Amino acid sequence: MIEVSFIKQDGKKITVAAQQGESLMAAAVDNEVPGIDADCGGACSCATCHIFVDDAWFDKVGEPKQDEEALLNLNPDRKNHSRLSCQIDISEDLNGLVVHLPEFQF
Amino acid sequence: MNTKANIDPDTMTKKKYRHMVGIDPYDIPLEDYDLSQRELYQQMTFPGFFERLRKEEPVHYCKDSKFGPYWSITKFQDIMEIEGNPEVFSSEPSIAILDFGDEMPRVPMFIAMDEPKHSEQRRTAQEVVAPKNLKEMESIIRERVQSILEPLPLNETFNWVDKVSIELTGQMLSTILGFPFEDRRKLTFWSDVATAVPGPDSPVSSYEDTANILGNEMVPAFMELWNYRKENPGEFDIVSLLAHGEKTKNMATENPMEFLGNLILLIVGGNDTTRNSISGSVLFLNENPEQYDKLRANPDLVPSLVSETIRYQTPLTHMRRTVTQDFEFRGKQMKKGDKVILWYVSGNRDADEIENPDSFIIDRKQPRHHISFGFGIHRCMGNRLAEMQLRIVWEEILKRFEKIEVVGEIKRPYSNLIKGYTELPVRLHPKK
Repeated sequence: MIEVSFIKQDGKKITVAAQQGESLMAAAVDNEVPGIDADCGGACSCATCHIFVDDAWFDKVGEPKQDEEALLNLNPDRKNHSRLSCQIDISEDLNGLVVHLPEFQF
Repeated sequence: MNTKANIDPDTMTKKKYRHMVGIDPYDIPLEDYDLSQRELYQQMTFPGFFERLRKEEPVHYCKDSKFGPYWSITKFQDIMEIEGNPEVFSSEPSIAILDFGDEMPRVPMFIAMDEPKHSEQRRTAQEVVAPKNLKEMESIIRERVQSILEPLPLNETFNWVDKVSIELTGQMLSTILGFPFEDRRKLTFWSDVATAVPGPDSPVSSYEDTANILGNEMVPAFMELWNYRKENPGEFDIVSLLAHGEKTKNMATENPMEFLGNLILLIVGGNDTTRNSISGSVLFLNENPEQYDKLRANPDLVPSLVSETIRYQTPLTHMRRTVTQDFEFRGKQMKKGDKVILWYVSGNRDADEIENPDSFIIDRKQPRHHISFGFGIHRCMGNRLAEMQLRIVWEEILKRFEKIEVVGEIKRPYSNLIKGYTELPVRLHPKK
């Protein structure tokens, strides 16, 4: 089983089971993690599934792609480790992944 | 004799096009379809045409219309794909089907710009809807909603559009722009002027009129405000943010047309859309009394009522892109310079994307999954503010009124872009 954790703004940690091949966004939505809206349904088109990858995990998760970058670039909350969770595919390598939820989805 | 009266203000010609109103969608060949006709939206007879297009020819070419030839994109996923490809599908020179001609000079605004300029300007303006500002605005909005709802007459017919929807969005605009509160109806007026089609029932008789009103009334008022905010910045109003933003601080002096354009964008963007969604929510709950019962029984449904309303209303019928290079899309050959119309009114009723799309269901599973805000880099910047306004309106309505009853004839604007209401006669029933 692959486990991923979302840390809310208040520090509370939510750990959910994710399936190989699905996106981190899908894992969040299926497990009703609050604060991931995913309005476009995972098409890298709206930036409402924004998360910050924990420092310890960023190298493994990697940099955003070009179209993802274009959307993140418009987000006033954007930080170095910002990603759109719909663009992160779950794999065994990411077992134990920790990401932080933003205060707000734009 | 006044010959000008016969000339179409959009095209400056007397050419007439076959009317689509009153025609059964299956009685004419698809090649004769022209969904740009404003009567279709004023009389709400458009849905059947889009339904057939989605089934038979989802990417459709109209070879001639009042607005020239154009492509219609009618499926949710296709619209999203095009919005995700801004290199091929440009937002310049216009994001609406209408091109401004010689009568009305092109007014630059960031919604109708490509990168990198779009992002530079949008980022600055976007600060106004940053979380900390929205939190502060929430209490201001609530107070204003209360002060609008409190004095409304009970058991008496009045126009909800004017007394509530326009009043509230006008008040909000004055706050967001840092514009004098007592002059707020000017903002509403300028917004109406900016989108009005010249004609007898319109606030303008020609596009020359439009340019004069905006140029001689709105621009000086905002120049004055700009100069004031240069010296006395407000906490979170857009004029202050632009006047002090790194990339935008010289906009008003170096490029006054761009300043005007962005103001029009923010005024129109924050005005009609929210106004018409507020009115739409009242109408849809009347048309679907079982949904109104559901809402009264469970006020926690307000946020999802808000999203469902925005989908069902679709306050902007379309956005437009222009093709920058010859491009094949879904087997159709588009040419450089072609107009591509993304019909949000159709995408939001696409059954391949949304279950029971023609039903108004306030507790849908994914109510936020709609196309009214658009997608990609030009997605609506004020979406959270709009949702917040609608949410607060309904939270406060539910505290006060048992029912807002629609009691008379509804009137809609003559527009192929702004989908909304000019009259919604209602009667309020107090909470028992």
